[in-house]
Amino acid sequence: MLQQAWPAEGLTRVPYWVYQDEDLYRQEQDRIWRGPAWSYLCLEAELPEPQSFLTTFVGEMPVVVTRDSAGALHAWENRCAHRGALICMQARGKAERFVCIYHNWTYDHAGNLASVAFRKGIAGKGGMPADAKPESQAPRKLRVASINGLVFGTLSEATPSLETYLGEEVLARMKRVMKGPVRVLGTYTQVLPNNWKLYMDNVKDMYHASLLHLFFTRFRINRLTQKGGVFVSPDGAHHCTYTEIVEDQDDAYEKDGMRSAGSQKNSFSLENEEILHQVDEFGDRVAIQILSMFPGFVLHQIRNSLAARQVLPKGVDRTELHWTLFGFADDDEAMTRRRLLQANLVGPAGYISMEDGAATGFVQRGVAGAAERASVIEMGGSGVSSGDSRITETAVRGLWQTWRRYMGL
Amino acid sequence: MELQLQWVVENLHARYAHALDADRLEDWPQLFTENGTYRITTAENEARGLPLPVLYAEGRPMLRDRVASLRHANIYEPQRYRHIVSAVLAERLSDSVAKSVSNFMVVRVMENGDTLLFATGRYLDRIALAPEPRYEERVVICDSRRFDTLLAIPL
Repeated sequence: MLQQAWPAEGLTRVPYWVYQDEDLYRQEQDRIWRGPAWSYLCLEAELPEPQSFLTTFVGEMPVVVTRDSAGALHAWENRCAHRGALICMQARGKAERFVCIYHNWTYDHAGNLASVAFRKGIAGKGGMPADAKPESQAPRKLRVASINGLVFGTLSEATPSLETYLGEEVLARMKRVMKGPVRVLGTYTQVLPNNWKLYMDNVKDMYHASLLHLFFTRFRINRLTQKGGVFVSPDGAHHCTYTEIVEDQDDAYEKDGMRSAGSQKNSFSLENEEILHQVDEFGDRVAIQILSMFPGFVLHQIRNSLAARQVLPKGVDRTELHWTLFGFADDDEAMTRRRLLQANLVGPAGYISMEDGAATGFVQRGVAGAAERASVIEMGGSGVSSGDSRITETAVRGLWQTWRRYMGL
Repeated sequence: MELQLQWVVENLHARYAHALDADRLEDWPQLFTENGTYRITTAENEARGLPLPVLYAEGRPMLRDRVASLRHANIYEPQRYRHIVSAVLAERLSDSVAKSVSNFMVVRVMENGDTLLFATGRYLDRIALAPEPRYEERVVICDSRRFDTLLAIPL
């Protein structure tokens, strides 16, 4: 156990054992992922027809998400009531029922155990006693709710509704992006060599974006001198930050000699800038909006690139980031082309996103010998609040406020 | 089978692999025609008919932009690839155009020696044979949907 007392400074310090402790990692599964949090499951567009299904995870727990014959959505633990085997081993498809391959126990779309093979035996011999209750070990069902095509689930009956959980401001900005029926453009997975919270730290840290990512700064896509702001939900759990399209002529980065601004000697420009061309599809002149929902969901709009990112912990120092890039069913050819060209900005090979994988891994490795030391998170003071400056780590502090509340630390 | 064509195609694939593995990234766009396209995707997206690329460049200017960004903009740990290209099939479509399918395996080697089987898959190519052999289109279909940490150097 590496865990020690939280530093006396409070939210402005995050001790490094939070990224390293195996016991804490297991407690997180119980207290957060299988606890009162809502987790992202998929897009409704990925379950297009009655009897569609897909498999995913909530934390480490395998989950089946289905659309039943009447069109209703369900999610349940992918674990057979009998011996615990995976019930469904395919990534996605259509099925009339779900049959565990091990002993043929069968489930309906809602995850109910529908039949047990040879339950009554054959010719009066064998089978289960009449009072056996195999249903008592049935896969757990999740509460499922969706917001404009984004599907979420939780095991908790006590958790407030998804809308209440998100809060008005973050909810409104989620709905802003999900403006119509979705067309999935594709998916892939980036495997990050670090604890899942380092990735969420990174997403909520708007201070890093224009300093780490030259692409943002050099081409004035996202600078801290541009107009923008951050909304943090009242409990600190969720956040949304945005930057306006307005071209910025400020030279604060050049004057301070930031690497990301480039220099005369090492100037960098694109021969073909088509990958940066944005159409203001939401009509509000927002160039970038990054939204995060505790514990592991990110929705991004980077120009006309839109994606749902699902964060899945796979061990104390390993995280999978499942990207689903999408557009809308009524996109014209030019918009689809724009979104596919802008796919170059994100994902494992993204001009911007590739660096987040590097940076968060560097922290995991950098703190290997420093469990008892702590991050200094004092940009913007010590509180958790919304504001119009992005030179702040307010949303990062919000993450830790929430994490400590769930973990009782 | 046209032995000459087979040799020409395999030689182009070999020069491509050596350029990337020897960190001669600036030579990489030269292996494409002026309007040549390069797209990395996954077998899963291909099978589902989904158009999303992991990386997409259209024409030498975009290919050069990728190289310039890797050289001057992007932050990633020093690393090298070793490409193993095999099972090359080549077929002539006309006097001036051929197509090819081949397998690849890319091993990624970090500065500290960490060596990882980074990617496997297929190259689907359309090759302009004159004035010299160059890719008109190279589609890289990765067998796996997973990418470790980041994909900086092209496959």
